[in-house]
Amino acid sequence: MHVPDGFLDAPTSLATGAVAAVAVGVALRGARRELDDRTAPLAGLAAAFIFATQMLNFPVASGTSGHLLGGALAAILVGPFTGLLCMAVVFLVQCLLFADGGITALGTNIDLMGLVTVTVGWLVFRTLQLMLPKRVSMVAPSAAVAALVSVPVAALGFVGLYAVGGSAELQLTDLATAMVGVHVLIGLGEAAITFLAVGSILAVRPDLVYGARRVLARRELEVRPSATTEVVA
Amino acid sequence: MSAARDRVSLRWVAAGFLLVALVLAGIVSHYASSSPDGLNRVAEEQGFSDTARSGPDSPLAGYSTSDVDDDRLSGGVAGVVGVLVVLLLAGGLTFVVRRRGGSEDPDGTADRQTVA
Repeated sequence: MHVPDGFLDAPTSLATGAVAAVAVGVALRGARRELDDRTAPLAGLAAAFIFATQMLNFPVASGTSGHLLGGALAAILVGPFTGLLCMAVVFLVQCLLFADGGITALGTNIDLMGLVTVTVGWLVFRTLQLMLPKRVSMVAPSAAVAALVSVPVAALGFVGLYAVGGSAELQLTDLATAMVGVHVLIGLGEAAITFLAVGSILAVRPDLVYGARRVLARRELEVRPSATTEVVA
Repeated sequence: MSAARDRVSLRWVAAGFLLVALVLAGIVSHYASSSPDGLNRVAEEQGFSDTARSGPDSPLAGYSTSDVDDDRLSGGVAGVVGVLVVLLLAGGLTFVVRRRGGSEDPDGTADRQTVA
């Protein structure tokens, strides 16, 4: 969903750039609380993994492809603030090094594919976590649902921006229908990849998945009354 | 307690994660669909794809390496370079931002692991 230069007019691009700058600034402050010596190295790897996976376009309909956006995945693996930083780095590198996504559209891309997917993904994930049984086995399915929802919402975000500053006159309802239709399909792929990625790390080291921490803490409190287990860990 | 003893070490998780990213970007990406993505497809259908302006040139533009003729190699090199650049930038940024101290992993080890 990388927006190129020219789709949106200059004032809109400036505004989205300003929003992205503020969002990254807030994320820099918030990430401090999420990152410690144990999780910091994984954040870089999560960004690298998302970059790699974004290269893998999968077919979704005749002559159309899509790829992982990764905001929900990033938020659940490393935390929402750190996740947004990871996404911003990915889009910066894609735009400067690979000419994928315009330079004036960098803010737009950070907003839509970073801020929106991270925020929506994290909120859906946390809501599900509050409603569902507090088990580790619920983390990967919740992550998949969060990922699925995040993609069409980001697509609607593009339609909203196009309504404000699109460079062509369009029927917005047509644009919205087309964008949401395709991106629900891409969201299914997003859900599958997110499920596999979160599930794989949960299988080897559940304590490294940011979104699983509350569930793990609860489990240890209930099942392991001995304080000595904490020391070994 | 057994769970704690069986745990895979952080450096193995990191190495596995990096390996998967490198294989995906360097090898699997060759088999990715080359059809236009969702937004580009919609732009074509709705008739506004011609408003796109191409960005500045880069030797890696479009995820292929200029001056490398072999498709597989050209895309693979671009993917590997991208993974490493993103890892360095995002890893460096989060390493600087992180809370210090109180770790189970002594400072340097995890960092050296990611660079290797």
